[in-house]
Amino acid sequence: MQNKKSLFEYVLRLGDSCLILSQRLGEWCGHGPILEEDIALTNFALDLLGHARFWLSYAAELEGVGRDEDQLAFLRDSGEFRNLLLVEQENGDFAETIARQFYFDTWHLAMLEKLRGSNDEKVRAIAEKAAKEVRYHLQRSTDWVVRLGDGTAESKRRMQSAIDLLWTYTGEMLEMDAIDQEMLDCGIGVDLSVIREGWMEHVGKVFDEATLTTPATTWMQRGGKQGTHTERLGYILSEMQTMQRSYPGLEW
Amino acid sequence: MIQDTATEMEIWEWLKEVPDPEIPVLSIVDLGIVRGVQCAAQRGVTKIIITPTYSGCPAMVVIGEEIRSTMKRHGIEDLVLETALSPAWTTDWMSEAAKERLRAYGVAPPSRLVNIVGLSTEVTAGSIDSEGLVECPQCGSARTEMVSRYGSTACKALYKCKSCLEPFDAFKSH
Repeated sequence: MQNKKSLFEYVLRLGDSCLILSQRLGEWCGHGPILEEDIALTNFALDLLGHARFWLSYAAELEGVGRDEDQLAFLRDSGEFRNLLLVEQENGDFAETIARQFYFDTWHLAMLEKLRGSNDEKVRAIAEKAAKEVRYHLQRSTDWVVRLGDGTAESKRRMQSAIDLLWTYTGEMLEMDAIDQEMLDCGIGVDLSVIREGWMEHVGKVFDEATLTTPATTWMQRGGKQGTHTERLGYILSEMQTMQRSYPGLEW
Repeated sequence: MIQDTATEMEIWEWLKEVPDPEIPVLSIVDLGIVRGVQCAAQRGVTKIIITPTYSGCPAMVVIGEEIRSTMKRHGIEDLVLETALSPAWTTDWMSEAAKERLRAYGVAPPSRLVNIVGLSTEVTAGSIDSEGLVECPQCGSARTEMVSRYGSTACKALYKCKSCLEPFDAFKSH
């Protein structure tokens, strides 16, 4: 069935974005600007890893060739990953991490809220579970954007430069491709034009409150969902996969 | 002597012996982690359905192992552990007795509002953040303040009491 193959791709995209962002956030462990933030960032990483495991386990089941979540995570190369380009971008300073998180969380929550109405039972269950946690994520990243934007001259400068820097990576998550369309048509997926509207509204409102300037519409990067990545993903994978690549089948 | 088959009620009792690895004063039944038990018909397979508290909760692996060893101790070898995500876990499933034990252990229990007569559940639903609803488990004062939403585990937030000045963990209403 064509739908099943597309659903595999669709679920893989969701899982890969959670996995790669989780891995990125994990890099902050022990390096957070204050203890509470260190704990918060790694708590986010943990939540997202949990979501990644749900999605990838389901993807493996849909694929039906005997791979499991671990094999999908640890034994695929860069071209086989379907995560958004946004989540593979480097942590940068704290403002860049927060900007990336804010863009992602706004999209992520809107997606999950819609997917709770999916006609695929598994997708619905995962979305319901994850949405409860992602509500906290969005609240916190929103708070930080306002606090840093409407903060000192230095924090404002950095926050503005972070949202400008990452803006170009926000296009593909709001843009339909053939798989998104197919999943929408069969009642499983989400209409990204609806997500775009809500996303633009929230982001614009928060930037206003934070006294930041919403970046001007520009040419957008794309390709992550289809497997064309920035060179940064390779570095993440080499670190994340090194144990399984060096010692295949290793278990803790 | 070990019987051929255990009743559903017996299995629920045995599951109460399994503590949560991170909050040992609560069992996995207290926490609402166990969602269902299906008994084996005559030497068949027993199925226990569990749900994670938080998606990334690292304790789930340990909990699974603990269930297996506890059941084995009671003579159940053929066990299938199934994870269900829906309905999503909520602290509303925690019993009143469990909340008291949590408080005695030094962790503020989730959302006491449910018990206050006259306040609707809608109020409770929106109270995740509200200050003052979390009482200090040491001195009982309602003058408390959230220090960080993220605490020592995924299910707890870090609070400070403005009366006795003690820091404490609060179980998040979820």
